[in-house]
Amino acid sequence: MAPILEIQNLYKNYGPVEILKDINIAIEPGDFLVLVGPSGCGKSTLLNCIAGLEPISGGRLMIGGADMTDVSPKDRDIAMVFQSYALYPTMSVAKNITFGMKVRGVDQETQTRKLQEVASQLQIEQLLNRRPGQLSGGQRQRVAMGRALVRDPKLFLFDEPLSNLDAKLRVEMRSEIKKLHQTLGATMVYVTHDQIEAMTLATKIVVLKGGVIQQIGSPSEIYNRPANLFVADFMGSPAMNLIPAKARADGAGARIEIARSSGTPLVLIDEHAPALPEDVILGLRPEDIAEAGFRAGADVQDASCLIDMVEPAGADTYVVSELGGKPVTARLHSETVATPGEMLNLSIDMSKVSYFAPDSGQRLN
Amino acid sequence: MTKWLETHLPKMVLAPSFIAVLVFVYGFIAWTAWVSLTRSRLLPRYEIEGFIQYKRLFAAPRWDTAMNNLFIFGALFIIIAMVLGLLLAILLDQKIRTEGVIRTIYLYPMALSMIVTGTAWKWILNPGLGIEATVQGWGFEGFSFDWLVDPDMAIYTIVIAAVWQSSGFVMALFLAGLRSVDEEIIKAAQVDGIPTWRIYSAIIIPSMGPIFMSAFIVLAHLAIKSFDLVIALTGGGPGYATDLPATYMYAMAFSRGDIGQAASSAMIMMLVVFAIVVPYLYSELRAKND
Amino acid sequence: MTDLAHPPARKSGAFGKIVLRWVLYILLGLFALYYLMPLFVMVTTSLKSLEEIRTGSLVALPREVTFDAWKTAWSGACTGIQCEGLRPYFWNSVLLAVPAVALSTFIGALNGYVVAQWRFPGANIIFSLMLFGCFIPFQVVLLPMARLLGLMGIAGTIPGLIFVHVIYGIGFTTLFFRNYYVSIPSELTKAAKVDGAGFFRIFWSIFLPLSLPIIVVTVIWQFTQIWNDFLFGVSFSQAGTQPVTVALNNIVNSTTGVKEYNVDMAAAIIAAAPTLLVYIVAGKYFIRGLTAGSVKG
Repeated sequence: MAPILEIQNLYKNYGPVEILKDINIAIEPGDFLVLVGPSGCGKSTLLNCIAGLEPISGGRLMIGGADMTDVSPKDRDIAMVFQSYALYPTMSVAKNITFGMKVRGVDQETQTRKLQEVASQLQIEQLLNRRPGQLSGGQRQRVAMGRALVRDPKLFLFDEPLSNLDAKLRVEMRSEIKKLHQTLGATMVYVTHDQIEAMTLATKIVVLKGGVIQQIGSPSEIYNRPANLFVADFMGSPAMNLIPAKARADGAGARIEIARSSGTPLVLIDEHAPALPEDVILGLRPEDIAEAGFRAGADVQDASCLIDMVEPAGADTYVVSELGGKPVTARLHSETVATPGEMLNLSIDMSKVSYFAPDSGQRLN
Repeated sequence: MTKWLETHLPKMVLAPSFIAVLVFVYGFIAWTAWVSLTRSRLLPRYEIEGFIQYKRLFAAPRWDTAMNNLFIFGALFIIIAMVLGLLLAILLDQKIRTEGVIRTIYLYPMALSMIVTGTAWKWILNPGLGIEATVQGWGFEGFSFDWLVDPDMAIYTIVIAAVWQSSGFVMALFLAGLRSVDEEIIKAAQVDGIPTWRIYSAIIIPSMGPIFMSAFIVLAHLAIKSFDLVIALTGGGPGYATDLPATYMYAMAFSRGDIGQAASSAMIMMLVVFAIVVPYLYSELRAKND
Repeated sequence: MTDLAHPPARKSGAFGKIVLRWVLYILLGLFALYYLMPLFVMVTTSLKSLEEIRTGSLVALPREVTFDAWKTAWSGACTGIQCEGLRPYFWNSVLLAVPAVALSTFIGALNGYVVAQWRFPGANIIFSLMLFGCFIPFQVVLLPMARLLGLMGIAGTIPGLIFVHVIYGIGFTTLFFRNYYVSIPSELTKAAKVDGAGFFRIFWSIFLPLSLPIIVVTVIWQFTQIWNDFLFGVSFSQAGTQPVTVALNNIVNSTTGVKEYNVDMAAAIIAAAPTLLVYIVAGKYFIRGLTAGSVKG
């Protein structure tokens, strides 16, 4: 199938400042693409470029197979939901939703029918005569979605649509957007700085930093095989432990030494390790460090660690210990008894380890 | 084509105003500057002759009086209006129940034309029938208040009327400033047991720097442009005693037929305004762009 | 010790507070008298006969109220050689102020909309240049403007004065609307663009309906400026087209005949009435206009 959105070698400058560098993305119909990155990484600018709200400085942008590089937003067959919702303050909810159709000269009958459809789909029928100022945050969010849905576009664009909601409502709306995506089968591009939102919603994630794509992949690829230190650190909460270590070839695999404050280094053997330079950074998710004896397997190795801090978090208990001069978090069961200042036997799942080069930050395995 | 129109429409909408400003503000300033360097009298001439008009201007006793008056009037007007405005604002900031009414009373002179203000004060300060006569009528035979006709004192009557007209506005500015101070800081100070006058002198007033600046700029600007008030109150007299640069310029331009003098005096006025306004605008715009 | 000392101390504190409160109210009242006194004197003087003015006191109420002075001021007082009162000039000011206010407000709204919502490279410089124009002393443009109006054939006419007021008003009106529109999130414009609306459609359907408060402020500001203007009026008008402020000044300073102070005062009140009325009806917006741009936010 032809990609519905294809971005080729896109550049965007503001004067001499490069905001986006050599962006290449292609997505299929039905995809849910999430653009994620810290603030200032260019993700919102990229979305505005896709919408045609910002001209691009170089490259090409195709929607539905047609070149849209110089086409104005209204002719791109897109709909957009904004962070501030951007509802027209002086118009009723119904007028907000039908304004786009009215501008395009859609007949009254169709307008009314579509309005009813969307209103019932989003359960906002009783709000249609109100003004945006009379709505709660969650209701405004729904109206903003309604305004997009009613257009039935090729591409839905979302610019951090949930960041103005409180935590509980955010989770609710998140699953609602996901449901909407599944029932409509629509293609969506979604910008967020929240990596959990990215993981839960996306079929495909683009991680951006400083205007450069760091990695494109499915949520599990991004999570399990981060392409570099930045992605490893940015995606996942608590963040991936990144531990400086020394590697030495050892038979087919490698022998990894991690310095400890007690003096004797922790030695781990990874039988599947690729050829590694001497200095590496070991990446381990907190859930890949568990209580000793809890997990079994050839790749699981035990290590006795001095516990610095214990953080019970309900379902899990996080313990922090120092390895390689860095605080390292392990995710344990809530029943686990751990006391700061005492030793605890932990086991490390070496099959899940990521290796990164300390200088370039790139993934090595 | 439509795409081109779409991207350039905003510029095209702004263009007429921009061109108007270029021509009628900057172009006209340039014209006046040019003419101020010529021998123009009744009709403008365009051969540049250097600074002769400025030399004539600085040698003219009438201009000397006008500039002196501007400094006396400007300094007194700005200082008194600011002090009075700040005092009124602090008094009004004490949770006064009738604040709305009082504020309305203090501020209404700002809605009046300077000509009306001048007319009213001319009548009040009129020695024969105004305050002087009234106080004498109360039995104080020796009371004398004839500043309006005293060449040495007449300029102060302009200060009186101008302060009356503008101090309410300064009060409104300062009141808005007092109200914009973060209430939590004031509460914290109250909890610390700091007396009210110290809260004003040590916390609130120092944080109002930008408002003092704004008030100063607006008042200075009013002072330099002052024209109608002088015309209505004293007509520049007695003699030339209350001439200001603005009345001097007008007299040269429209009654003396001396365009060269009018242009050079206007240029000096503009330089004075710019010397005050440019640093302010510059810092404002820079702060906004940051 | 402290227990004994405390109650009287608190009592004197409360007493001191009441005294302070009284002093405060007396001060505020005295200042109110100071601001009201000229208006009071104007009104009472305008209602007195010339005879009473000569013999009575400035601050006394009229013994016998007469509206003769008002009649004369409105339709009989002399401005130089003509003796038609303020009436024709009052209408001149109306004919001048209404179109000038409407035009400058409309242009300012469009300009502010462009500068705030359709930023393009250089827009800020253009805005700064326009803003700067607000601050020039108008003396510096009087001479060339007089010549230009002559060249255009509208010297000494009301359209000429309208033209001048619009030109030198758009700096401020643009500033007002720009500051108002800048606070409206740009996402609104973006949403409307995605919805398919163009430049003017967005202005009419979305921005203009939002603008009532700033339109009121701008109209009041412009009306007060133009109605109260004297410099342009006296420089660019001729007998018959003068605005009311110029006519008032001519009445007051006319040297012919007996000085009729009651007529002067009545004329002054008539000239001041429209702006005073605006101030009383919409004072809140008037103050907002005055302080706009001076106080941030």
